Amino acid sequence: MSQVDNYQGPTGNLPDGHGRAPERFENPGLPAHKPRLGDVDPKVDKRRQRIVLALFGVSTLGTIGFLVAYFALPTGRDVATIHRSNLWLGLGLAASLLGIGLAAIQWAKSIMNNEEKVEERHPMASRPEVREAAVRNLAEGAKDSGISRRGLLKSAVVGSLALFPLTIAVPLIGEIGGDWNVGKLKHTMWKKGLRLTIDPSGRPIKASDVTIGSVFHVIPDGLDKTPDPLEEKAKAVVLVVRLDPQVVKSEQIPGASYQGIFAFSKICTHVGCPVALYEQQTHHLLCPCHQSTFDVADGARVIFGPAKRPLPQLPITVDDQGYLVAQSDFTQPVGPSFWERLR
Amino acid sequence: MTTTTPPATPTGKAAAATADWLDQRTGIGVAVKGLARKLFPEHWSFMLGEIALYSFITLLLSGVFLTMFFVPSADEVTYNGPWSALQGTSMSAAFASTLKLSFEVRGGLLMRQVHHWAALIFLAAIVTHMMRVFFTGAFRKPREINWVIGFVLLTLGLAAGFSGYSLPDDVLSGNGLRITDGLIRGIPIIGTYMSYFVFGGEFPGTALIPRLFTVHVLLVPGAILALVGLHLALVFLHKHTQFPGSGRTNNNVVGYPLFPVYTAKAGGFFFIVFGVIALMGAAMQINPVWNYGPYDPAPVSAGAQPDWYMLFLEGSLRLTPGQLEVVLGNFTVPLNVLIPGLVIPLLLLGPLAVYPFLEAYATGDKREHHLLDRPRNAPFRTAFGISILSAFFVLVLGGSNDLLATHFHLSLNDITWTLRFAFFLVPPIVFAVTRRVCLALQRKDRELVLHGHESGRIVRFASGEYVEVHTPLDEDERWIRVQHEPIRPVQIAPGEDSRGVRRKGYKSDLRRQRVSRLFFETRVEPVTPAEYAAAQEHLAVTAGHGDGAREQIGAGTGPERISHS
Repeated sequence: MSQVDNYQGPTGNLPDGHGRAPERFENPGLPAHKPRLGDVDPKVDKRRQRIVLALFGVSTLGTIGFLVAYFALPTGRDVATIHRSNLWLGLGLAASLLGIGLAAIQWAKSIMNNEEKVEERHPMASRPEVREAAVRNLAEGAKDSGISRRGLLKSAVVGSLALFPLTIAVPLIGEIGGDWNVGKLKHTMWKKGLRLTIDPSGRPIKASDVTIGSVFHVIPDGLDKTPDPLEEKAKAVVLVVRLDPQVVKSEQIPGASYQGIFAFSKICTHVGCPVALYEQQTHHLLCPCHQSTFDVADGARVIFGPAKRPLPQLPITVDDQGYLVAQSDFTQPVGPSFWERLR
Repeated sequence: MTTTTPPATPTGKAAAATADWLDQRTGIGVAVKGLARKLFPEHWSFMLGEIALYSFITLLLSGVFLTMFFVPSADEVTYNGPWSALQGTSMSAAFASTLKLSFEVRGGLLMRQVHHWAALIFLAAIVTHMMRVFFTGAFRKPREINWVIGFVLLTLGLAAGFSGYSLPDDVLSGNGLRITDGLIRGIPIIGTYMSYFVFGGEFPGTALIPRLFTVHVLLVPGAILALVGLHLALVFLHKHTQFPGSGRTNNNVVGYPLFPVYTAKAGGFFFIVFGVIALMGAAMQINPVWNYGPYDPAPVSAGAQPDWYMLFLEGSLRLTPGQLEVVLGNFTVPLNVLIPGLVIPLLLLGPLAVYPFLEAYATGDKREHHLLDRPRNAPFRTAFGISILSAFFVLVLGGSNDLLATHFHLSLNDITWTLRFAFFLVPPIVFAVTRRVCLALQRKDRELVLHGHESGRIVRFASGEYVEVHTPLDEDERWIRVQHEPIRPVQIAPGEDSRGVRRKGYKSDLRRQRVSRLFFETRVEPVTPAEYAAAQEHLAVTAGHGDGAREQIGAGTGPERISHS
């Protein structure tokens, strides 16, 4: 169909000046082999051999050095001693390996015969008679099996082979997801009256301690005593800030803050990194992973980056001793978006 | 095996006896006869794949060492080892054992660092090896299957790297897993269930580390090992490709025998790769998890970067704007996560995976190819590959946008916006520029063949005119520049025959022709002997005349040719 299909490969010679020029140049053939200095001068050859020997020697010295470092340098209690041990062990190992490697390659390049050899290639496809024999064998085998005459047998084989993996897949899928209760993603352990405490000390926070401009990293009271503290913490961590009422542009949930103290989920609504950087002057919260930026003074609205939704606000108030407590759980699921989060 | 010349030395006798014993039981003589002197061509770029193989072996060796001490468990323990900064901290057994490996096991830190560096080099070597194979057209028939195997190996390498990175359970890797969880949850309909499937319940859970461990030390390396075996078996079967050159044809292999030259070179190169990685492990600190601390869902460090091979994903996540998240009815579809996390990687990697088949379709070429292309001689392919690389490069920069901002004192938002546009603008520009550069290099080749090298020797003619003498190329130099075939767009039969009957299959032919034109319409063809003869004749006839001299000087605009067929 195409021109390349008909292309026969390089043919013809350079034009002699009179005849019709061929389509293509001709491969000039392998250039003559040039001997190395070591091939003609025995002294050079001898020297190259000594280099190889010396390199193998370096390797042996490296191994010895490694063993000396292993026994002589204890790993210690601080970073300096482990770095010292690591450095000398590593240098020993490297010398041991590089010595062998360089010796072998030096040997190959300077001593071994370096005359290039030529080998013919053969087409990958098997020869036609081999192919015919193969097809014949398959046909004979198929005939012997009798499968072509028994259609039901064919479906039975396919069916049972397709079904048997269920014996492994069903229990695996049944058990692998724990309790499969994905509804847990929509709730956290926050509830009415639960105190806000400082992460990680667990000390409760008095509303009067939260001065304007300060930021508190918060966990729920009693997190340690829950059965799955890490899972609870991964959902319940909160940032508490106090804003000058004059800078507050909007509130996410009216009445959810207490005297300018706002509590927002610390889990980014993008893919769930902790939104840990607070810029005091601009009231912006920045996620260091993907730089989603939230404006705390504007209901934690997204002002830049890959997140779409504001950080959910935790409604808070104070208890009778003046400690910050939650009014309820978050009013929406925290963290990254998922299909059924609004259901 | 009965030897023809009886060996004189005792070692020789012992070797012959062993060989005889083995051959009588396995017939291994056939394999030895076929393989011992098998030829392999030589080129530095053929070592890239070797680096991948040897860093993989280094990974296996150092990895086995690490498994002897690593505890793949999320069980909570209280640290009371020598590292004072974390004493009394509660952490997972996995993190504690990583600390133990670093501080208490002699050589443990070295093996950790060797393992990590080897992983980075493994993936870098795979990527550069793929680039070599791609840009030289080594993936063409009969090697398409091996290209696909290589592609699967790349994805397995990424899986191996990611699963290993996450095992120590430090703050950095924990946040990496958290991001992964966020990605998985975003998948429509089954996302939350997929997340539970991976983590054995809610994130982070205690199931993941043992699961990842099995993935990292058994499933993925097992699959890599099997596919590497297949990959190499196919290399042996196909015989290695070679670069064009005098005496090298599509029907031969010119090179050195496996035994002894490549036994020494390749074997030695393994030790060099391992040795260089050991040097890196000795002198260059990597992943000092004792500074990061155990995983805790609350903290995160600013300026955190994933390992380099994950940067493109990180970058695409950072660059995609949040507005893309949509709510359909009651259901949330976070396209701001799905597009960068799934669609973009598929769009960038997918075409690479199927490229051999795409190109074969465009050329309509059914022949075997064992001679490599010089990248300039395949302008479309080279431009295509470089433009995909440029897209990856933009994403990688995106993955480091915070570091770019802090190091160069730039606005993070400006960088992000610039890169958002760059992702769409850079690849097409890079494509056009690369194609032009390839064509220009081909023209340069033509010019050299037709007019020779500039000698720097100025000659004055009797007429008083000055010209520079050009030295013709020698045979070998010329052959390199004229050996390639001109690939032209496929020609198809007309849609209707002489009696006006519509031909079956015309539409699919037309489609193929369109693709083929896209690939090969713009091209520079190699000098033909006729053109060469004409140029020589022209020189001879006009030598001494002002015209010819001017022609020589103005060779850059000489009889080159861009065909539009």
